[in-house]
Amino acid sequence: MTVRVSTDSFDPGTEVNAFLRAADGAGAAVTFTGVVRSKPDDPITALTLECYPELAVNQLTAIVEHATARFGLLAATVIHRYGTLHPGEPIVQVMTLSPHRDAAFKSAEFLMDYLKTDAPFWKQETGPKGTHWVEAKAEDDLAKARWE
Amino acid sequence: MKILYFAWLRERLNRGEEDVSPPTEVATVADLIDWLASRDEAFAHAVEKRTLIKAAVDAKLVKHDASIIGAKTIALFPPMTGG
Repeated sequence: MTVRVSTDSFDPGTEVNAFLRAADGAGAAVTFTGVVRSKPDDPITALTLECYPELAVNQLTAIVEHATARFGLLAATVIHRYGTLHPGEPIVQVMTLSPHRDAAFKSAEFLMDYLKTDAPFWKQETGPKGTHWVEAKAEDDLAKARWE
Repeated sequence: MKILYFAWLRERLNRGEEDVSPPTEVATVADLIDWLASRDEAFAHAVEKRTLIKAAVDAKLVKHDASIIGAKTIALFPPMTGG
């Protein structure tokens, strides 16, 4: 189990390859990478993530432990960046390893749904109209609630 | 004890942290928010919608009824928007 919270950029491919090298004959690995989005009709130039690192590590560790027990995972990794990022840069990567694909897919979704609402990161978007804090979305709470 | 503020709460208060010594009857996170609000109008305004304020005691996420007795660090912040 690996949890990494850092301002350092990461290479999604390098991370997946390292994760797979340690897979040791397991049947199914799923990777999700969250990337900074900029919509053509509402472009942004930068996304700044504020973080409370100590709480983030505690929360992500608890979420990964929960997922590992619930879905019988063989391994799981969560990498989350903070600081100032630009469109196209990876923000978050979740990787799960399980004997079968169903648990690997479901646990990756579970990890993302939980970390959206329960990990202490706050997004601030900068674009032509200025800078604003991204508001928490009700659908993110609903996405998490479906696992309860 | 030390109080940490994050995101728009930090911006509205114009500070990321402060040291405070609340009286002994301030026993929970909710008590602490009330006490901080009673001594600072800007704070009272920023935390008007209590449901928008989340809290952690010594880097553990808690609800507002959680005890702060003996705590070293309390963090107050808006709903999280990571991922």
